[in-house]
Amino acid sequence: MLIEAGHFALALALGLSLVQFAVPLWGARTNDPVLMSVGGPVSVAVFLLVAFSFGVLTHAYMVSDFSVLNVYANSHSAKPMIYKITGVWGNHEGSMLLWILILALFGAMVGVARNSVPPKLRANTIAVQGAVTIAFLLFLLMTSNPFERLTPAPFEGQDLNPVLQDLGLAIHPPLLYIGYVGFSITFAFAMAALIEGKIDAVWARAVRPWTLAAWLFLTLGISMGSYWAYYELGWGGWWFWDPVENASLLPWILGTALIHSTVVMEKREALKVWTILLAILTFSLSLMGTFLVRSGVLTSVHAFAVDPDRGLFILVILVFFIGGSLALFAWRAPLLRQGGVFAPVSREGALVMNNLFLATACATVLIGTLYPLALEAVTGAKISVGAPFFNATFIPLMIPLLILVPFGQVLAWKRGDLAGVAQRLAAAALIAAFVTVLIYGFTYGGPVAAPLGVGLGVYLILGAFNEVVTRSWSPGVSLSVAARKARGLPRSTWGTVMAHAGVGLTVIGIAATAWSTERIVSMRLGDVADVGGGYEARLDSVAPRTGPNYIEDVARMTLFSGGREVGFVESAKRFYPVRAMPTTEAGIRTFGLSQVYVSVGEEQPDGSLGMRLYYKPLILLIWLGTVVMAIGAGISMTDRRFRVGAPVRSRNAPPTAAPAPAE
Amino acid sequence: MTRKQRRLVMIGGAGAVLAVALGLVLVAMRDTIVFFRAPSEIAAQGVDPGVRFRLGGLVEDGSIRHAGDQVVLFRVTDGGATVDVRYRGHLPDLFREGQGVVTEGALDGAGLFVADTVLARHDENYMPREVADALKQQGLWQHGGDAPPTQ
Repeated sequence: MLIEAGHFALALALGLSLVQFAVPLWGARTNDPVLMSVGGPVSVAVFLLVAFSFGVLTHAYMVSDFSVLNVYANSHSAKPMIYKITGVWGNHEGSMLLWILILALFGAMVGVARNSVPPKLRANTIAVQGAVTIAFLLFLLMTSNPFERLTPAPFEGQDLNPVLQDLGLAIHPPLLYIGYVGFSITFAFAMAALIEGKIDAVWARAVRPWTLAAWLFLTLGISMGSYWAYYELGWGGWWFWDPVENASLLPWILGTALIHSTVVMEKREALKVWTILLAILTFSLSLMGTFLVRSGVLTSVHAFAVDPDRGLFILVILVFFIGGSLALFAWRAPLLRQGGVFAPVSREGALVMNNLFLATACATVLIGTLYPLALEAVTGAKISVGAPFFNATFIPLMIPLLILVPFGQVLAWKRGDLAGVAQRLAAAALIAAFVTVLIYGFTYGGPVAAPLGVGLGVYLILGAFNEVVTRSWSPGVSLSVAARKARGLPRSTWGTVMAHAGVGLTVIGIAATAWSTERIVSMRLGDVADVGGGYEARLDSVAPRTGPNYIEDVARMTLFSGGREVGFVESAKRFYPVRAMPTTEAGIRTFGLSQVYVSVGEEQPDGSLGMRLYYKPLILLIWLGTVVMAIGAGISMTDRRFRVGAPVRSRNAPPTAAPAPAE
Repeated sequence: MTRKQRRLVMIGGAGAVLAVALGLVLVAMRDTIVFFRAPSEIAAQGVDPGVRFRLGGLVEDGSIRHAGDQVVLFRVTDGGATVDVRYRGHLPDLFREGQGVVTEGALDGAGLFVADTVLARHDENYMPREVADALKQQGLWQHGGDAPPTQ
C-alpha cells in the first residue's frame, strides 16, 4: 500500500508542478500578486510530495521489500543497513528520484525565501523550475518508475554492485546532485530575467547565493567522487578524464565562470547578456551530463542498466530546454541594456579574462568528450580521447588563468593600475620563485614540473592573502589596527581569499603527484619491499575473513620508516557471492598529508603474492584544497548583502562599516 | 582609449586565447588520440609497430599464462583473428578467460602486443561497447546470452 502511495505522490507532484509552472507565470504576466504568490506554497507542496515518495522508496530498501522490482534488483537482505539506504540512489530509477527531489528542493527554497527576491522575478523563477520538474517527473513516471511491483515477490534480492557498496556512495551522489541540479535554479533565474526582459544588480544579488550554493556542493561532490575513485578502483589514480567525470567537470568550470561574471553584473551592471548565456549553458551542460550518463552512450560505472527509450526521452528534454532557452535568449537578450564601461586593465577586465579562459577550457574538455562520439557516428571509427589530450589542452589554458588570479583580486574597478598591482604581488611572486628554486635544488634530477607547480600553488595562496594585506594594511599602520580592519573586511572578500587559496592547495597537491612512486613487486610472507618516500613494507600475513555479504583474503603489511615501525595497512581481495563478483580493496595509510597506498594483486605461479605499492606525497592537498574552496563559497554566501532585511545586530556593528574601497 | 579601441583590445584578446586553444586542440588531436582496433582489423590491415592503439576482444579460453615477475601473456580474439598480448602488472578483478577486455599499448616488431593498460570493468555484465561491436561484426555475438550489452 505504502509503495502505491509513493507512486501516487509522484503523480500528484506532477499535477501540482503543472500548477507551479502555469499559475505564477500567468500571474507575473498579468501583474496579479495573488496568482504570483501561489508559486511559493505549491513549490513547497511539490517538494513535500517528492520527499514523501523518496522516503517510501528508502523505507522499502530498509525493510528489504523485494516485491518492488527496484529493491529486488539492487538490494539484498544481508547487505549492511547503510548500503541498503545508499542503494536507493545506486541505481537508475532511484538516482533520478533523487535528482527530482533536489530539483523540487531548490524550487521550494526559492518559494520560501521571502525577502531577497522581488516578487515578479520569484514568480517567474518558480514557474521555470516547475517546468523542469514537470519534464523530469514525466520521465520518471513514464520510463523509470521506481515503484514497479514484482509478483510473486522473490525471497532474496540481487544485491548492489559491490563497487558501489562503499561509504563513497553515501556521500558522492547526493553532494554532486545538489550541485548539478542546483544550477537549475540559476537557469530558472536567467529564464525569468529573459521572460521579464529585465536584468539588473538586484537580479545578480538574488541569484548569487544560489549559484554559490550549487557551486559549493558540486565542488565537494566532484572532489568526493575523485577520492572515492582513488581508493576504490585501486590503481592509485584520482582523476581519469573519464567522460562521466568530464560531464560533472564541465558545469563546474562554467559555474565557476558564472560566479565571477555575476560579480561584475552586481557591482557594475556589465556583462549582462553574457551572464545570462552562462547560466543557460551551465545548466545545459548539467542536462547533457545527465543524458550522457543515463542514456548509455558512455561506458562507465555510472551507466546502470540501459534502456534506449530513456536515452531518447532525456534527449527530448535536453533539446527542449536547451533549444527553448537559447531561442528565448536570442529573442529577448537584445532588450537587455548594457551598462558600465571599463578599461581592459581593470577588475572587470580581469574577470572577463577569467571567463574567457574558463569558457575556452570548458570548450576543449567538451570537444575531447564529444569528439569520439561524433566521429563514431559519422565515420564509424572508434577512438579514445584520454588523459594525454586533456593534459595537453586543459592545463596550458589553466596556467595563465591561475597566474592572473591574484591580479584580479586587487585590480581596481573601471580602470586598474597594472604596475601598482604587480608591485604589490612582487613579494608573493618572489617567495614562490624562491620556494620553487629551493625544492628544485632538493629534488634535483626529479621532475621539473613538480617544483614549478608547487611554486604556482604557493604564489596563488600568498596572492590570495595579498588582498587582505592590501586592504587592511599600509606602511605606518600598526598591526593591531590592520588586524581589526582585516576582521572587518566583508565576508565575500574572505570567501574569495579562501576559495583562491584552496585552488593553490589543490595545485600543490596535483603538482606533487609527479613525485609519487609506484612499485610492482612479488612478495612472500616476511618479505620487505621498498615503497618509496623512505617507507618500507613487510608482508606479515594473508588471512581469510568473512564480511556481512562477502568473503575476503586480507594481506596485512607492517610499514617502516627509517627502520622504525610506523603502522600497518591491509589490502584485500573480496568476493561477493550474490553477484559472483570480485573486488580489490586498497589499503591506505596517511602520514601527514601524504599516503602509502597498497593494492594486493593475484598469486604468482611461484606462490608469491603480487603487490602494488605507492607512495603519494602531499596527495591529500588535492581534496583538502577543494574543501577549502567550498568553505570559501560558504563564507561568501553569508555575506551581509545577501542578508538584507534579516535582523541586523545594531549595538556592536563592525567599526569598519564604512565602505571599503573598490569593493 | 576610446570605446572602439577598448572593444578591439577585448576582441583581440579573446581571439588570441581562442586561437591558442584551437591550436592546442588540433595538436593534441594529432598526437594523443588512440584508435580502437579489433584483432581481425589488425590481421586485415596491419598496424605499424610502435603505433599506440586500443586492442579489444575476448580473452581466448586457455590462453592466459603467468610468466613470473607479474608478467601475463594472453591472446585476444574476436573470432576472426587473435593477437598475442604481453602485460606486466596487476590485472583488473574481472579479467577472465572468455570475457571481454580492452588493452592499450603497441605492437612490437614481432607482432606481440605489449600492453601497458588493461582496462578494468566495473560490473560482471559489462561488455565494452567496442568489443561488443567487433564481436557482432565477426558474427560471434549471441543475443540473449549471459552477457547482454549493458555497456
